[in-house]
Order: sequence, then C-alpha cells, then structure tokens
Amino acid sequence: MSTTPATTKERSAVRTLLRLWPYVRPVRVRLFTAAFVAVLASCVGLVIPLVLKWMVDGPVTEQDPAGVWLGALYLLLLGLAEALLFGLRRWLVARPLSHVEAEMRADLYRHLQRLPVEFHDRWASGQLLSRGTTDLMLLRMFLAFPLTFLLVNGVTILVGVAIMLMQDWTLGLVILGPAVPVLITCVIFERRYAEVARRAQDQVGDLTTVVEEGVLGIRIIKGFGRHRSQARAFRELSRTLRGTELRKARLLAAIWAVIVTLPEVAIGAALVLGAVQVADGALSAGTLVAFLSTALALRWPVDSIGFLLAMSQEAATATERYFEVMDEAPEAEAPQRGAGLSHMRLRRVGTPSPHEPAPDDNEGIRFSSVTFRYPDAPADSPPTLDRIDLHIRPGESMALVGATGSGKTTLTALVPRLHEVTSGRITLDGEDITAIPRASLRALVAVAFEEPTLFSASVGDNVLMGADDRAGAEELHRALSVAQAEFAHALPQGTDTQVGEQGLSLSGGQRQRLALARAVVGSPRFLVLDDPLSALDVHTEAAVEAALRDVLADTTALIVAHRPSTVLLADRVALLSGGRITAVGTHYELLRTNAEYAHLMSGETSGETTGETTGEESEEESEEEPEEDEDYR
Amino acid sequence: MTAPSTSVPTTDDGQQDLPRSPGGGDPFDRDILPTPPGATAALLRSLLAPMKARVALTTFLLLLQQAAVQAGPLLVAYAIDSAVPASRADDHGPLIAVGVGYLLCALAAGGLQYWFIIAAARVNQDVLLDLRGRIFRHAQALSIDFHERYTSGRLISRSTTDVESLRELLNEGLQELVTVVLSFVYISVTLLWLDLGLGAVAVASFVPLYLLVRVYQRRAGRAYRIRSTAIAAVIVKFVETMNGIRPVRAFRRETANDADFRVLNSRHERANGDALLEMARYVVGSRLVANTAVAGIVLWGAYRVAGGSLALGVLAAAVLYLRRLYDPIDRLGMFLNSYQSAAASLEKIAGLLAQTPSVPEPSTPRQLPALTTEHPGREVVFDAVGFGYRTGGEVLPRFDLTIPAGQTVAVVGSTGAGKSTLAKLLARFYDPSAGRVLLDGVDLRDLDVPELRRGVVMVTQEAFLFSGTVAENIAIGRPDATHEEIERAAKAIGAHEFIAALPDGYDTDVRKRGGRISAGQRQLVAFARALLADPAVLILDEATSSLDVPGERAVQRAMQTVLHGRTAVVIAHRLSTVEIADRVLVMEHGRIVEDGSPAELVAGTGRFADLHRAWRDSLA
Repeated sequence: MSTTPATTKERSAVRTLLRLWPYVRPVRVRLFTAAFVAVLASCVGLVIPLVLKWMVDGPVTEQDPAGVWLGALYLLLLGLAEALLFGLRRWLVARPLSHVEAEMRADLYRHLQRLPVEFHDRWASGQLLSRGTTDLMLLRMFLAFPLTFLLVNGVTILVGVAIMLMQDWTLGLVILGPAVPVLITCVIFERRYAEVARRAQDQVGDLTTVVEEGVLGIRIIKGFGRHRSQARAFRELSRTLRGTELRKARLLAAIWAVIVTLPEVAIGAALVLGAVQVADGALSAGTLVAFLSTALALRWPVDSIGFLLAMSQEAATATERYFEVMDEAPEAEAPQRGAGLSHMRLRRVGTPSPHEPAPDDNEGIRFSSVTFRYPDAPADSPPTLDRIDLHIRPGESMALVGATGSGKTTLTALVPRLHEVTSGRITLDGEDITAIPRASLRALVAVAFEEPTLFSASVGDNVLMGADDRAGAEELHRALSVAQAEFAHALPQGTDTQVGEQGLSLSGGQRQRLALARAVVGSPRFLVLDDPLSALDVHTEAAVEAALRDVLADTTALIVAHRPSTVLLADRVALLSGGRITAVGTHYELLRTNAEYAHLMSGETSGETTGETTGEESEEESEEEPEEDEDYR
Repeated sequence: MTAPSTSVPTTDDGQQDLPRSPGGGDPFDRDILPTPPGATAALLRSLLAPMKARVALTTFLLLLQQAAVQAGPLLVAYAIDSAVPASRADDHGPLIAVGVGYLLCALAAGGLQYWFIIAAARVNQDVLLDLRGRIFRHAQALSIDFHERYTSGRLISRSTTDVESLRELLNEGLQELVTVVLSFVYISVTLLWLDLGLGAVAVASFVPLYLLVRVYQRRAGRAYRIRSTAIAAVIVKFVETMNGIRPVRAFRRETANDADFRVLNSRHERANGDALLEMARYVVGSRLVANTAVAGIVLWGAYRVAGGSLALGVLAAAVLYLRRLYDPIDRLGMFLNSYQSAAASLEKIAGLLAQTPSVPEPSTPRQLPALTTEHPGREVVFDAVGFGYRTGGEVLPRFDLTIPAGQTVAVVGSTGAGKSTLAKLLARFYDPSAGRVLLDGVDLRDLDVPELRRGVVMVTQEAFLFSGTVAENIAIGRPDATHEEIERAAKAIGAHEFIAALPDGYDTDVRKRGGRISAGQRQLVAFARALLADPAVLILDEATSSLDVPGERAVQRAMQTVLHGRTAVVIAHRLSTVEIADRVLVMEHGRIVEDGSPAELVAGTGRFADLHRAWRDSLA
C-alpha cells in the first residue's frame, strides 16, 4: 500500500515540474548546453584520478622525470578545462534563469489582473504575493541547481561507477551495495517531505497575509492600541511555521544521515578488501589509489542527492502553488452565461467607439430580469439580485437607493462586467454587454467607486486614466473643475504631484473628488457612480452637484445614493429592496407613495425609535412600515 | 561581518528612473533609509547572542562530524603504507583496525550529521522567529506618519523576501561556512603533518583565494543591494494592483500596468543576473587557483616519491585531501552568495529597525487619575498645540482648546481644514510640534499604550476588516470580550441584523464563502468595535460616510446612549451628526473659526449657519 502512493506522488512531482516547460522552453538551448557542460566538467573531474593512477603506476615507480612532468601537465590542463567549464555553465544560465523568473512573475501579474473580481475577494493578497516572490525564487534556484545537478550527479555517479567497475569489478560491486537502500530511503523521504514542504509554504503565505494586514490596517490597530495582540497573533503563526520548518529539518536530517553513512561504509569495505587484494598482489597500489580517489570523488554527488531532492520537492510545491493561481480561468471574452443569449453572439459590434452613439439602438441602459448570485455563495441562499428589470433612458440619470447591504454596489458592478450576471441580460443601447469586448465595454462605461483608489502616479495621470489617449490638459482641467478638485493645482508640483502608495497622501474627500474627475474626464456615454460624494462636506458636495448636473445632462447614468441631495442629481430613482427593484419614480413621487423610500431618505420612523427596530426594518421589505415622522429635532 | 556596514548609503546605480515624489533625494522614495554604521553587524550579533550556547553546541557537533568525515584519507594512507605490508606478513590486525575504524567513522559521520542538522535548524528557526517578530513589532510601533511614507509594499518586502534571504543564509550558508572553515583547517593541518612541504604549498594557495573572495564580496554586495531594492519596488507595485483590482479593471489599466510592472521586473531581472554572473566569475577564478595548486603539488610530490624521499601512501593521501581541500571553494562561493544577499537584506532591515517611532512610548508611564464620577468621560485640553508635517503640507497653527469631561463636540469644516489632524493629535497618532495634549491633566505622551487606549479610541473613515470572523473583527475593540458583549455592541449599533444574516452569523469568515460585507456594513463593524472598547474619549472621524440615512440615524441614537457621560469628538461632513453634539467647532485652514452650541451657531450669521442652511436645503 505504501509504495503505490509513493510512486504516484513521485511521478506527480515530476509532472508538476514539467509544467514549467513553456517558461523554460525559450532558454532550453542554453540550459541544456549548460547541463552538458556541467556533465563534461564532472567527467573531467573523474579523469583526474586516472591520471594519478597512471603517474603512480608508471613514471613514479619507474622514476621517469619526463613522465612526471607530462602527468602534471595533463593534470594542469584538465584542471584548467574543469574551471572554465564550471564558469561557462554558470555564465550560460545566469541571465536566462533570471529571465525565466521574471517572465513567470510578469505572467502571474498579468494573469492576476485579469482574473474575475470574485477571485480577488476570495484570496488574500499576501498569498498571491508569496507566490509571486518566494515561490518563484525557489523555482529559479531549482532550475539553476537541482535540475542540472540531479542530471550531472546522476551521470557522474554512473560514469564513476563504470570506471570503478572497469578497474576492479568486485570492489565496484561493493561500492554499489548501498544503492538500493539509499534509493528506497529517497522515495519514502520524497513523499513525506512533499507534504511538509507544502504546509510550510502555505504557512509563509498566511504569515505574509498577517504582515500585510498589520500594515494596511495600521490605523485601526493603533486606534485601539492593539499592536500587542496583533504581534501575539503574528507570533503564533510564526511559531507554527517554525514547527513545520523543524519537521522539515528532521526529515532532511534523516535522509542525510542515511546518505552519508551507507556509502561511507561501502567505501570502508572496499578499502579493506582492496588492501587485502593489494597484499595478495592481485591489485596494483595505483589502482587502489585511483579506485578510492574515484569513490571519494563520488561522495559529494551522492551526498548532495538528499538536499537536491528536497529542493526539487520544494520547487514542485512552488510550481503547484503558482499554477493553482494560473489555472484559474480569466474573465472569458466570448458570451458564456445564459443559454438564451447565444443568439446575441451574432450581433457583435465591429469596433464600438465610446463617442459614437448607435443611432437605431439608442435606448440607454436596460436590465432585463437580471439575477445575480455570487458564484461562491451557497446554492440554497437567496440570490443577491433577483430578476431586476430596470430601464435608464438615454441621457437620463437614475439614482439607485436601498438600505445598507441591499446590493446596490453589486448591481453597479454588473454594468462594466466586474461581476457576470447569473441570468438575464443587460443591454447598452440595445447591445448585450456580454457581446461587447470587455475593453470596449469599460471604455464605454466610466465608474467611480465608493472607495476611491488612487494609483502610484501623478494626479494628472490618475485622472486621465479615465479617458483615451487623446485626452490632454484641457480635459484634465475640465474634469478637475467638475469634481471641484482644483486643490490639485495647489499641490507641490500641481497635477504632476505623485499620489497613491508612493506619493502624497490625500484626505478621503480629496481622493473621492479625484476619482470622480477620473470618471467624468473621458465624457463617457454611460456613467456609474457608487455613492460618489459620501466623503465630501456639504459645500463641496453642493458645488460638485451643480457641476455634475451639466455633465449628467446628456449622459446615461446610474448613481448609487444614500442622501436626498445626491438623489436630486438624478431624473428618477429606483428603490432596491430584498434583491428586487420595488419602485421607480421621481424623488418626490416615491417620497409620497413609498414608505420604505421615505424612511431611507429621512431616517425617521414614527413610534419607537430604538436602534434595534430601525435596524430590522432597514433589512426587510417594509410594506407595513409606519409612515414617516415629521418630528425633526 | 564588516563589509556591509561600511558601505551603507552609497548610491545604488540603476535607480535614476524610479518614480519620484516631491523632493527627489528623500531616502524614503529611494528605499535607502540610512543604516547607522555597524547596525547590520550589531543586528546579526544581537540575533545570535541569546543562543550562544546552542551555536557553540552546533559548531562542536559539526567539528566532530568533520573529524569523522576527514579521517577517511588518513585511514587510506595507513592501509596502503602499513596495513598492506603487515597483511603480507600475515598480520591482519592493522587491516581489521582500518575496517573497524572506517565503519566507526562512517556511523559517527552519519549520526553527527543527523544531530547537527536538527540542532542547526533549531538555532536558525529561533533566529528567524526572533527577527520576524522584531520587524513586525517594530513596524507596529512606528507611527502613522512613518507608515504614510514608507509604503506598505516595502514593509511587506522587509518582512518577507528580506527575511527569506537571511533564512537562506542560515539554512545553507552558515553551515557551509563552518564546514568550509573547518575542512580548510583540518586538511591544512593534516597536510602539514603528512608533509611539511606539500602542506605549505597548499596553505600558500589560500592567499590568491582570499583576494578573490574579497573582490567577489565587494562586487556581489553591490549587485545584491540593487536587487533588494528592485524586488521591493516589484512588491510595492504588486500589492498596489491587487488591492485596487476593481478600479484597475474598470479603467482598463491592465496593459499599462503590465508595462510598468515589466520595467520594475526587468530591473530586478538585471540585478539578479548581475549577481549570478559575479558568482560565475568567482567560480572560474577559484577553480583555476585550486587546480593549478593541485597540479603543482602532485608534480612536486611525484618527483619526491620517484626520488624516494616521500612515501607513496603519503602522496596518495595528500592528493585525496587536496581534492577535498578545494572542493568547498564552490560552497564558499555559495556561502558568500547567500551572505551578500542576506547582508543587503539585513542592512535594509537594520535601517527599518533603526527608525525611532516619532510617537514613542514613555519610559516612565503615568496612570490616568481615577474617575471621580460614575461617568467614564475625561477632560481634554489642547495646550498651545501647533502641528506641521515633516514634509510640509497641512499645518495647524498654535491653538488652545478645552473639552470638558462628558461633552460631545462636533468638528465641521471643509475637506482639508485640519479636522482629521486635530483628531489624530488627540488620538496620539501624531505628537504636536509644539504644546501638549492633556487628558485629565496628564500629557498623552506620558501614557503607555494600554492606558492611552483606555483613554482615547478613534474610529476612522476607512473601515478595514482583518482576516478572521466578524466576531473577531469586533473584538479588536476589546480582545477579552465575551460573545454576548460582542453581540450587545453589534445590536446597539444596528449591525446585528446583517451579521445574523451571514452564512455563519458572527463566526462568518470575512474572506470566505458569502462573507461579502459592504462599505456601510464595514463601518457598522468599526462602530461596534469602538463601542466595545468603552473608552473615556471617543473620536469618530467621518465614521458614518457610507451609511444610509436610517443606518446613520440608528448609529446616532445608539451614540446618544453610548456617549452619555463620555467625552466625544465627532468629525462629520453631514450636519445630522451635529444634532447629538453639545458644542460645535468650525474649522477653516487649520484654525477654529467658530465655537459654540449648535443652537447659538445656527442662530448666528457665521459659516456654520450657512452650512446648516445648505444642509437643510439638501435634505429637501
């Protein structure tokens, strides 16, 4: 029972490592040449004892000075050749292997950027980071050493054994004796080590996550004076990692012990047997010297097998972890969801341009019975969005109102396809969004998120990323003035000031205004704003609203709103409740006719005003909601 | 251990085109924090100091192990020169002795190897545990303004890839070094003992080897420092992208990011390649020296054997030893390799650890005076406080402000007026550049962290959730809180309903299945945290911006109960918050321009009256 899984495990490690081939392929010539050179260098190393034998048995015993000189010359030449070959090997692989590592990292980065947003919701970025750094370094080291040297040492051992067998086959067989037990040990070791290595690497990922959260959440940790308990959590995890690393060390120690002891015992036996034969005159002293010198030369190739295998195993684990992420399917380009959509495939737009309305299909944004459930949500849970029907006419702006956690942000994320609808469809001017290539779709729809993220770039670049390449200073200026973000001009280097992680830190309100400027800079046909003014003070908000009205006049927009002031930007309001659109109308209509809406807008309920009651009501559909209370304190 | 500390802030090449922030020479931007001379070596020493005894044991084990391993050729020489002739004379004793000796050596070598690896692993892992902990604790202790400048990616890089290089050094490197040094010593001594002349030649060959090592060390050191900076830049970009994946997608940054990443990545690739090439040069050089020496020694030895002045067995043993003598040169190279890489990393870590928190903990902490009333609130005094960022930027001119115990103060004003800075001074995220902030007469700088956080807690607008369950996230407010207390806090703030509706209720992992929590819900969790913390002074910095109106109302109602008797500073753009305040401060350009009760200010003609009117209008 124990051997079968061992071999499959063994094979799967090899198979896992084989997946590296596409990355290694471009540098294969150099890598193979390097391996060949290394084999050659090792063989040269093995020839040296033979020269010694020749010298001892020939010129030295015959007292021939010229022969001694010749022998020394051979030794020198072989030595030079060995040195140059070793250097050549390293020179051959230095750049290519760094290149392989860099390529794999770039590929990982590229791939991660294109994985669905759900994937990123699920994966802590520390785990991703540890795959992109430590794991890839392990792989580079694997390609540089274990891969080459398992081959080189294998060949060296074979050649060495052949040489020994040729010199004296009985002694040779003695030396070969430990081969079988050593191999068995290796196989067992391999299997156990794989398991522990994987665990250790995963724990490193967890540790990276804690480090990352400790840094990103520093204000909360400080705000509550929790850095000690945070440090305690960190210590727990690093202790666990220490335990795993020690288990690894114990396994490694065991295999080293076996690999060091058994061959040495064999050499000792060969020495005794050889000495007996020399004493009997059956063997020349030179042969014995050469034989033992060869056997000793094989010591390091044999000894190293243990850690070469360990490194290979770690590399296999690293490869596994790397491809775990690489095997995730990126956002698919072709329409894929909803069988009823297949006919839409024929209606692909040629090259949709963001500024060119399609005249016949000019009908705005339409949600047709859109249902959405997070792919990782339990199958029996109610969908987050349930059969949503909503039509936003061209040039109209629609406010989306709903209680905290009702799915407003999720709904807005469906339009630029950050999430894919589970069923139903969304059309932009009659075009199904699944039929539009994502890049074009996202050029068509501009978004401002509630959490305004700025990237490490200048203010100008951050804003202009919302437009195509033609946009310049003029557009930037206009967008900044719409978003009331003129403060940007007063920054140390004006709009060239670096912001984001590596630059000046701006306040939440400032970032939000820049994010808004980014959304409007490209004069998009469709605009999705997720609570875009939440961090602004009343005055700024009013100014932004005034400026936004002009922009919204001929833009089709969906605006998530919490407050009446924001709602008033929109022509109509849709109320999202219990995953459904329960009412659509103007602000005043809904205020009059819809109790839940009135409650959301004013926050007032009649009767009891305890926190608990209000909380419950905001969670449920509240047809039975008591009417609003005018009592204003 | 001396080389890295002497060559510290030399300008790394290949940095010129890094993105620059204001003030191009800022060490923060270039990721070259000054490392005090000798700090790197001192760090390594202090890491190893507590385990001196175990390091000694480990070294001793290795010593014995090497003795066992290196005995082999001696036994060979003995076998050829003594046992064979004795055997011919039918005396098999010496040969049997050789056999037994060899067997014992083999067993000892294996057993000691086993013991050594385990002992060494313990030392290594303890050093790493210590170092990881130190970096983490130090990073946590450093003040907010440091974090705002150092960037999270670099900190992550310090505690991951840089620690990793030290791990490599400890795991392979130090063992290599000890083995190499030991075998050098053993073999040199044995060679000298076998034959003085041959031994002397072998020892002489160490001189060029030493010179080679020095040259390599210098050149590789530079390559590795560049590499360490380069990988940190890669990590910064990586982290930024993954944490901002939604805007990356929505604004189609993928291709542009790929291009940016490629630049950073290839800079690392180049540095990496440079380091590996240095290694290649070293290997060629050292092998050349070694092999030339072998040829020379054999030539001379063979001559003397031929002339009869040297025994054949001695030559055989000498040659066997010589091969072994030079074998570890490659391994010395590998050691230097990991040493250089680790030295570069340690230098950066030492630079980080040398940063002193600008908000240090007091050496002799004071206690807050015992509360005299049953109310938890305490008096806050800003005494001639002024503040300016080190980088310039927002500045609060000198001001005085007293907030009596139990008062709820709302701070309003436009974005960038200095409201958050005021709050951060009170929360001691920053220390004032002038004057002092007093809590019940005690300077905040005299309070240790637990005491400070019993006094002041701040809820910020960014509602970050940590990995773990919802309950754990709330319990950050008070780690020893019971489940009931957590639930009570959540209920009080109106967060209970959404939490109860999650797949596993309070035990839902915020990153696992169905654990999605909206921005508004995060803010509720943040509130529950603050409530649980039960501080004397509560600061709310725009903590309700993402809540809907009913949610905000609920929070406010809860706050009225919670804040009763407590001192509170509430910063909000929404004037609705002001309704629960006893007093309003209006800030403008870093100054408090209006101060009074809401009713007074509304009735007046100042900015607040304007703001209030605008807000009432906005409610429509």
